[in-house]
Amino acid sequence: MRRYFGRKLLVYGLTFLVAVTVNWMIPRFMPGDPVQSMIARANVSQPAAVEAMRAHYTSLFGFDLPLWKQYANFWAALFRGDLGISVWLFPTPVTDVIVRAVPYTLALLVPAILLSWWAGNRFGAFAARRRWLENTALPVGYVLTATPYMWLAILMAWGLGVVAGIFPVAGGYGFALRPGWSAEFLGSLALHWVLPFLSLFLVAFGGWAIGMRNMIIYELEADYANYLAALGAPRRLIRRYAFRNAVLPQITGLALQLGVLVAGALVTEIVFSYPGLGHLILQAIQNQDFFLLQGTFLFIVVGVLIANFVIDVVYVLVDPRIRTGMGGEAA
Amino acid sequence: MNREALHFAVRNGKLLVGLAVLLPLLALALLGPALAEGDPNAYVGTPAQAPSGEYWFGTTMFGQDVFAQFVYGLRVTFLVGLLGGGLAALIGMAVGFTAGYRGGLVDEVLNMLTNIVLVLPALAVLLVVNAYLGVRSVSVQALFIGLTSWPWAARAIRAQTFSLRSRDFVDLARLSGVRTWKIITREIAPNMSSYLFMTFILLFGGSVLIAASLDFIGLGPTQGVSLGLMLNNAARWSALHLGMWWWFIPPGAGITVIVGALYVMNVGLDEVFNPRLREL
Repeated sequence: MRRYFGRKLLVYGLTFLVAVTVNWMIPRFMPGDPVQSMIARANVSQPAAVEAMRAHYTSLFGFDLPLWKQYANFWAALFRGDLGISVWLFPTPVTDVIVRAVPYTLALLVPAILLSWWAGNRFGAFAARRRWLENTALPVGYVLTATPYMWLAILMAWGLGVVAGIFPVAGGYGFALRPGWSAEFLGSLALHWVLPFLSLFLVAFGGWAIGMRNMIIYELEADYANYLAALGAPRRLIRRYAFRNAVLPQITGLALQLGVLVAGALVTEIVFSYPGLGHLILQAIQNQDFFLLQGTFLFIVVGVLIANFVIDVVYVLVDPRIRTGMGGEAA
Repeated sequence: MNREALHFAVRNGKLLVGLAVLLPLLALALLGPALAEGDPNAYVGTPAQAPSGEYWFGTTMFGQDVFAQFVYGLRVTFLVGLLGGGLAALIGMAVGFTAGYRGGLVDEVLNMLTNIVLVLPALAVLLVVNAYLGVRSVSVQALFIGLTSWPWAARAIRAQTFSLRSRDFVDLARLSGVRTWKIITREIAPNMSSYLFMTFILLFGGSVLIAASLDFIGLGPTQGVSLGLMLNNAARWSALHLGMWWWFIPPGAGITVIVGALYVMNVGLDEVFNPRLREL
């Protein structure tokens, strides 16, 4: 088990290293000049002002130092929690901007991931080998997984928000309210949460249901299932055993799907102008705010790494083969 | 593909349904631009018109023909899938075959590399890369999508190669002094060609979805039109609130139908190639 966690942590550590290095390299080695585009955005014409701005931004990125020193400084700043100053919300530090947005993204993502995984697995296991359900629900599942997250979000916002008028379609809470612990604010928060959550949930649900259905059919054909059936075990019991075996690959699948789910949350937030990380990314891109964009990138990477680790721990709890050092699928 | 597979292929409902949906769309993407001539972004008609005989899918808020944009966008979508998915498949095959066949230290190193790219959230990397690109084109977008989306394919191919490498016919080839590269291309790859093809289909679908997200966030190709860019424009100019459903339904439906048809086809192919899954 120590070997299992050791390997995992090594991969995550290296991934973080790669992410930070990529983050550092992109502004320096990509075609295009970030300083130039930031100046262009400010729209000043006086040559003296342009020169001053160029000098300012160049020193902000640290472009005037030798490369190795730039790289060392980048890491040093990172460990101080300093990701630079946001250009869009000047002069707020990027870290502050992101920390304010993270709760919204987490509040959408965590319930959507967990509930869709749970419900999708349950439903997929239930639908397997039930002809009428397989013929009706599976095609729907395939359409759902193929749906781009933002499109389902747009359809929901349009159908349930604009046309039916049941839910609000923009923002994280009513525009007239100030964030606080009042009942009115919390109610508005909940109401604004429903549609983004639902559209994330539905797309993910389709994928889990199909995955589980395929896994459980595979398990139901395995020798142990046939043996149980030959012994005269009730179908429910056989299905329960099959389900427990089929869930393991689904846990691995959850780790593999994390990146896609996070991406889905980002575009969903953009559709609903939900004040989470997706909204920040949109603003950062529209305002050429590279520090904010790169800070958000690092936050997402760290979040995904932590989530991966949590899934690894869960896997160990669920799969006894890893605990006893016998290997198993994820080792 | 042998005759037995063909026999089951033409009788497989899922495969046929997938093809029946996909081929007309492909034809539309290839031939459509000939029908809807001219610049798809040109301002041709009255703004914000609902679908009519003249403009089948209506017009945008600026009087652009939504149908023309849709047809050109389809073409871009297929292109991104082909290039991005193709590149990812190539990298995945190169890494998977090498790691699976060689084993040992090479396998360790490649496996580590695969795992690192696997946990990095692809869209987040693509966001940063594309934001810094001043001029963005479809092929560069596909290039970066290919570079970030290969890991699961490499893993899957590695596992398959692993199971094939100790078979007798591979040993025989090795004993007769065939070079490694030839063993992989002549002995191993043909024995999992169906698997490779299905991997490519899934990578194709994945590339289409990722490209759509990038375009929607506003990091699509700087010139031209794509289905994701159409969604981006519709959302940006509040087509939702204006009730211009003809602006945002076709592009999203196009993506969904293409990717959905690919997934269904994939299941169909699985049944064709895997005797255990065939419904008789």
